[in-house]
Amino acid sequence: MALQYTQKVLEHFKNPQNVGELDQADAIATEGSPACGDMITFSLKIDPETHVIEDIRFKSYGCASNIATASIATVLSKGRTIEQIKSMNPKQIVDELGGLPAIKMHCAILAVNGLKAAIHEWEIKQGLVEQEKVELSPKTIRHQLEKVINPQTGAPIVNTMLKDVQVDDGKVYLELTLAGTDDAFATNIMNEITEALGEMKCVKQVMIRFMESKKSVITEFNQDC
Amino acid sequence: MPEIAYLDNNDTTKMLPEVLEAMLPYFGEKYGNPASLHDLGLEAENAVNASRETIAKALGVRADELIFTSCATEANNLALIGAARARSKRGNHIMTSSIEHSSVINVMKYLGDNGFQLEILPVDHEGFVNPDDVKTRIRPDTILVSIVHANHEIGTIQDIKAIGDICRQRDVWFHTDAAQSFCKEPLDVGNLPVDLVSLNAHKLHGPKGVGALYIRKGVRIKRLMEGAFQEKNLRPGTENVPGVIGFAKAVELVSRDVQEQRSKMRALRDRLIDGLLAIPKSKLNGPTADRRLCNNVDVLFRYIEGEAILMHLNIRGIAVSSGSACSSKTLEPSPVLTAIGLKHEESHGSIRFSLSRFTTEREIDYTIEQTGQVVETLRAMSAFVPERDET
Repeated sequence: MALQYTQKVLEHFKNPQNVGELDQADAIATEGSPACGDMITFSLKIDPETHVIEDIRFKSYGCASNIATASIATVLSKGRTIEQIKSMNPKQIVDELGGLPAIKMHCAILAVNGLKAAIHEWEIKQGLVEQEKVELSPKTIRHQLEKVINPQTGAPIVNTMLKDVQVDDGKVYLELTLAGTDDAFATNIMNEITEALGEMKCVKQVMIRFMESKKSVITEFNQDC
Repeated sequence: MPEIAYLDNNDTTKMLPEVLEAMLPYFGEKYGNPASLHDLGLEAENAVNASRETIAKALGVRADELIFTSCATEANNLALIGAARARSKRGNHIMTSSIEHSSVINVMKYLGDNGFQLEILPVDHEGFVNPDDVKTRIRPDTILVSIVHANHEIGTIQDIKAIGDICRQRDVWFHTDAAQSFCKEPLDVGNLPVDLVSLNAHKLHGPKGVGALYIRKGVRIKRLMEGAFQEKNLRPGTENVPGVIGFAKAVELVSRDVQEQRSKMRALRDRLIDGLLAIPKSKLNGPTADRRLCNNVDVLFRYIEGEAILMHLNIRGIAVSSGSACSSKTLEPSPVLTAIGLKHEESHGSIRFSLSRFTTEREIDYTIEQTGQVVETLRAMSAFVPERDET
């Protein structure tokens, strides 16, 4: 399968901007995991008075578009305030790169989530926000699943594929529909969902079922509450 | 710097100029249909039959044991579904390995979903099927076993003689996919205990769009398509005459010096393996020496991702492929690498380099040097910091 990357993606892949780690970073955050083959770490210097991101670096473990999206994310962040970044949308990154193949859309989400996670960590350290206690509910689960992308369409699964969410004492039941998506992607989507929910506190078990196929998976967790 | 180092020959190969030359008249003035009764048809029929003779000779089999298909995938479909349906009254147990090409494993899974009992044999850390596993798992109702000759990704060459002997003793049909090994490794089908062998042209410097299936005399499979009576009534449809001519020409040219080219490719393969393993934190996937396909190298580079390596090598004029999930259509890591026990993050960093008879020492040395630089660049920026360093 030949990958249709834009010139801008290839440029940032070949000559990524702001690579590395800041020595005395005010905030550091990592999104993704080695098993998924997708990981970005951002380190930031933030002015406590103006909330401006004075400097930023990234490290990446991932494909060409992972590197390119992280690179453009640093370029877009430098000199902006954390408030501006908090309202940043993955689409801005995609547009800035002149588009991404649908199968690579998750890279833009990963980059934006990485930036927001670093900022959130900084806000907690500064005492600007409190570490909120996320309750396990269908609503918070749907929110957490906003970062899972259908690789065929490039759209989040919560809008199109996720049909039912139930929670019972740390056990999460999800029912999905393929809605025209190739069955071959089901395993990837299930893995991504499991990974996303595994990051949430209080999750003991995740069960995912596709309405159309025999594919279903149960994963056990023992997350603290 | 060489203009390009094409090291993706397990994917496809460059067609020989002589092959194109042999094919051209059959796109032009020799446009007959082998099924026609007039002279133009006879000319095409004779050419197709002469081609069949050439390929049969290279395999050490009779020409009437060979039928032409559109590719190895079609040959695998015809062999497996055709054999299973032909023997379904006798039993419904079928076996294959966990490192088959998708055109075998997905066909076997299809059969498994449609009334047959599929058993998938495990492989060891180098990708070998243990013939004893075949022996102990064959049952009275086993009708078909399919084990690839040489694996497309990690080059494991199976002991198809030992596996075939076991199958024969129990009257189980044995199929092997020889798309990667034909005209590279010795394949004396006439003296091997195999019943069905799939082949193709474009991996041995022939054209795309043509393959063949060897069907041992006495083995009667069912056809999959309905139509006329071409190819012994097993594969209806007018033959791809230029393709068949090109297939035979390629076999004629490359089968002349298989041994010599094999030694040459092995030497370059081992030079590449040695050079790549000198890069820190790298590991060879699959076996070594004569147990590995002569043109295949597959190496994992820890802490970095395959698609990024592939794209950087591509910029430097080096064409390779990757076992990484990011390079696959379904975003899942290579099933072959998973079957030999690699963790996901190990599959993600695996790159296949596959040589041809035209690969030069200069290309190999250039590839080693460039890969070293690419790996170093990507590692320097990698976010994947291991908790415990692995060797």
